[in-house]
Amino acid sequence: MDLTPKRYADTVVLATAGRIDHSTSEGFKTALAPHLARCTAGQDRILIDLAGVEYISSVGLRVLMLASKQAKAQGGTIGVAALQPDVKEIFDITRFTMVLNVFPSVREGLAQLSPPALAAFDAT
Amino acid sequence: MPPDAGLRVRFWGTRGSIPVSMTSAEIRRKLIATLVRAAGRALDTPEKAASFLEREVDFAVSHTFGGNSSCVQIVTGSTDYVLCDLGSGARVFGNDVLAARGSGDHTFHVFMSHVHWDHIMGFPFFLPIYTPTNHIRIYGCHAELEDAFRRQHAAPFFPVDFAGLSARIEFVRLEPGREYEVAGLSVKAKLQHHSGDSYGYRFQRAGRVVVYSTDAEHKQDDLAEVQGFVEFFRDADLVIFDSQYSLAEATSIKEDWGHSSNIVGLELCQRAHAKRLCLYHHEPLSDDHKIAALLAETRRLEEITRGDRRVEILAAYDGMEIAL
Repeated sequence: MDLTPKRYADTVVLATAGRIDHSTSEGFKTALAPHLARCTAGQDRILIDLAGVEYISSVGLRVLMLASKQAKAQGGTIGVAALQPDVKEIFDITRFTMVLNVFPSVREGLAQLSPPALAAFDAT
Repeated sequence: MPPDAGLRVRFWGTRGSIPVSMTSAEIRRKLIATLVRAAGRALDTPEKAASFLEREVDFAVSHTFGGNSSCVQIVTGSTDYVLCDLGSGARVFGNDVLAARGSGDHTFHVFMSHVHWDHIMGFPFFLPIYTPTNHIRIYGCHAELEDAFRRQHAAPFFPVDFAGLSARIEFVRLEPGREYEVAGLSVKAKLQHHSGDSYGYRFQRAGRVVVYSTDAEHKQDDLAEVQGFVEFFRDADLVIFDSQYSLAEATSIKEDWGHSSNIVGLELCQRAHAKRLCLYHHEPLSDDHKIAALLAETRRLEEITRGDRRVEILAAYDGMEIAL
């Protein structure tokens, strides 16, 4: 599963698309790993842009949970943004909105995660 | 019901971990909500009142999901009784048998998921064990199956020692993955991830399939294990599934606590083409409104993730009966 990175100051926005389920979650996890390694205190923040994702299953959510745990343990920050309505409902029903940083849009996510990243985003 | 008729499933205990009972304050809140709703209505006969409750009052207000711990009956039409687990619901079941068919000359086949306390605590209060002409066969895959039941009856935990029980009680060790014929049912056990292990059971007769899968945590990143459960649930008419936690809880603070979620249950049923998913082993902290909300959310999730087949979603309650 592909992740398209775009840097805004100290934050990397990772865009992905399609379905994150039992057949793609391992690829999602693998693609996320190198970015996650740099998501530490004083290094990169990560915002995953889910605008192109039409479905995420429990195993995909588990990848996000493990990523969040790892980032927290490293002193880093991670969030997800721009969920489609059905995906937002899945996050609500699974209660993942209570355990992950979930933002309505990439811009709002950057505003919360990093003012310099927001400035860079607005300048593009 | 003749033995060749369809199966039915009756729930005697649906609560996880520990039995719960409603407080008088909760009953009062339900009554107030119902009476306010009924204001101005001419509910002057029991029939009118019953119809009003069924049609116009939410289940979470007019009923309760109940509080006994795990006990489910597979009604086969045979004179023998078939049960899954002996939680506190077994006490109510035993009383019902006595009232309907007298105290003796019964045979019970009980399939044990595991021997944690909430799954065996109904046994000392299961009155058929005190009648000499009853025959109770307890099936399970755990080596310590018999010992657990004997220890529960030993001093200082209970005043009647196991040796003093007058019914004929046998313990039958099963092998997971092997198919057995019991009381006209074909039954197969499957190992599940839970502290000390638990086992699910797949019951089958004349093309009808019921799966009882409680106290099971599903590690979703173990694809082989997931596929094993998809096959175990394959084409089931009913899957009774441990949905004690939310997915977020089950993958974070309550990981390795041995329980699953409504979400994982739905995904497994969708992949297995199961017809019905019954949410079971309800969290003791959840009141009726919370369980009703869980049911509504799971139905909504099924709707937005449905492929070419629908999975009917139910939430078990004490006294619920499902015909297959």
